[in-house]
Amino acid sequence: MKSSEVFNIAWAAILKNKVRSLLTMLGIIIGVAAVIVMVAISAGTEAAISEQITSLGSNLVFVQSNFKRGGAGGGIPEGGLVYDDAAAIAENVEGVSGVVVEQSATETIKANGVVLDSVTLLGSTADFPSVRDMDLSDGRYFNELEVDRKQKVAVLGATLAEELFGEADPIGQDITVGTTRLVVIGILEEKGLVGDVDYDQRLYLPITVVLDKFTQSQFARIMGDRVKLIYVEINEDANLDDTILQIQLLLSKLHDVSLDEPDFSVTTQQDIIGTQEATTAAFRSLLGWVAGVSLIVGGIGIMNIMLVSVTERTREIGIRQSIGATPSDIRWQFLTEALLLSLVGGLIGVIFGIGGAWIFGSVSEMRTVIVTESILLAFGSAALVGAFFGYYPANKAAELDPIEALRHE
Amino acid sequence: MSTRMIIETKDLTQIYGMGDARVAALDGVSISVYEGEFVAIMGPSGSGKSTLMNILGCLSRPTSGEYFLDNEDVSDLDKIELAAIRNKKIGYIFQSYNLLSRTTALDNVVLPLQYDRETERTTEEREEMAVKVLEMVGLGDRMQHQPQELSGGQQQRVAIARALVNEPVLIMADEPTGNLDSKSGAEIMDLLHRLHSEGATIVMVTHDPEIATYTQRTIHLRDGKIDKVISNGKKAAK
Repeated sequence: MKSSEVFNIAWAAILKNKVRSLLTMLGIIIGVAAVIVMVAISAGTEAAISEQITSLGSNLVFVQSNFKRGGAGGGIPEGGLVYDDAAAIAENVEGVSGVVVEQSATETIKANGVVLDSVTLLGSTADFPSVRDMDLSDGRYFNELEVDRKQKVAVLGATLAEELFGEADPIGQDITVGTTRLVVIGILEEKGLVGDVDYDQRLYLPITVVLDKFTQSQFARIMGDRVKLIYVEINEDANLDDTILQIQLLLSKLHDVSLDEPDFSVTTQQDIIGTQEATTAAFRSLLGWVAGVSLIVGGIGIMNIMLVSVTERTREIGIRQSIGATPSDIRWQFLTEALLLSLVGGLIGVIFGIGGAWIFGSVSEMRTVIVTESILLAFGSAALVGAFFGYYPANKAAELDPIEALRHE
Repeated sequence: MSTRMIIETKDLTQIYGMGDARVAALDGVSISVYEGEFVAIMGPSGSGKSTLMNILGCLSRPTSGEYFLDNEDVSDLDKIELAAIRNKKIGYIFQSYNLLSRTTALDNVVLPLQYDRETERTTEEREEMAVKVLEMVGLGDRMQHQPQELSGGQQQRVAIARALVNEPVLIMADEPTGNLDSKSGAEIMDLLHRLHSEGATIVMVTHDPEIATYTQRTIHLRDGKIDKVISNGKKAAK
């Protein structure tokens, strides 16, 4: 029998029981669609995160505090980075082209008769625009001197400038943050959303001002102003490992801790992306297993229906055998039917998967990226499942005794 | 009468069951059927005629004994070889027609040609052959009908066309008129008789003595043995 004829018989059998065939395919459809959507979500998340990380600027090293809780009940955190560490790094480490410290706070701001609640204040050092790849559309960013002297100056995010001043020129205007009056000296260019952070909605202040006025704490007086994170920009031609080692040596000396048990950690952008990738890879493989299980369940559904089909069509099998169908003819016929069920199911699943990923990406905040490999993988697994679970019923049909089969009512 | 032997069996024995429950459905049956003969097998139920029919039709193998079909020993062939023999050498006509449902008469008749793996034929060639035999059995105008749209007699004629399409050396008919009224039954018997007169070798199982008179010889079975062989005095085919 020609394979095209085998195909036609199998196709006719599937069409004969449309609803049943569709229900049988459902497991495969869901499995395949799930693989594609889930991989699209995790790939989208990964892309968004790595974009966010690289958008922080190139050649960045992150120095973070490792807080060690002192005593039970979470007493005073020991160690950690302080604001002065940033200056120390900038002064003492070779190959550093910029150091930025950030400290954020939330305040009500007033200007030009407009009042805005809960505006994010981002305190930073003067290198912020270069390290974080931000440009100014008007005016200037504050300089080191202004940071050191806790000058009351402010730079507006693009959206914030428009909301407060509209068409008017904000440069030189006064702005009241909480109870502190500042002078606007610059406006940043529109940056848009990076991840879920709106850089245009922020007010940028010298970090010293933020630490002094808006996040004043009791500890600060004793231990210096604590910061969570210091961004260090490394020169293009500097040796990264060497620079990191210098930072570690410097900070461990300043903090009086051993290098084996530091109260800070130094990570590069690559480290962060790597960690992120490892996390999403683990997430993805978990999703893969879930989807794989649903494919197997789908396969069992196919096997189940194929067994029913073999029983129902025992007489047909007998007729075919009596006029010369060999066991392998019969086996192929039923295997083709199972394969066709899984492949058509797989195809519908691919369509639903792509559509689902697209819809999910456009209605939710999450980004989705359809990965071609996931389509091939899902479709291939569906075919494999069909072949695997179709073999047993097909073989059962092939082994039928022609006399028994013909006698079957 | 031709001297070419189509069927020759020696001591065919079929035993079912084990130990004390052993039953010999066939017990040393030796028969010969020559080319162009029309032979009936009769006997009460349990006489072994169905078992004999299954062995002669290569649907099963005897426990012991030899069976030469068209001078080929088929008693020890495996499933695949038996399937090929059924396809090439035997045409079946069953009491209940055994056509594939929801399949046109033409497609039913093409089926044996599709399972013929030895002869290369195009789809067009196959359909041409099927059309020819359907016209021969008088169904030239019913080729696109499905079994459920045909009368019993018409369905049986589709089955006969299917049996003939591969030009078998032997036609096995198992109670071919059993499900038909007497008029349709007579038409089918006339058709078989015509095939016989054109040279076909036919072995038919029946319990109807009147139907048996269409044949040249009637082999009576009883308890798995040949009881008697009656010649009906009909003329052999040329």
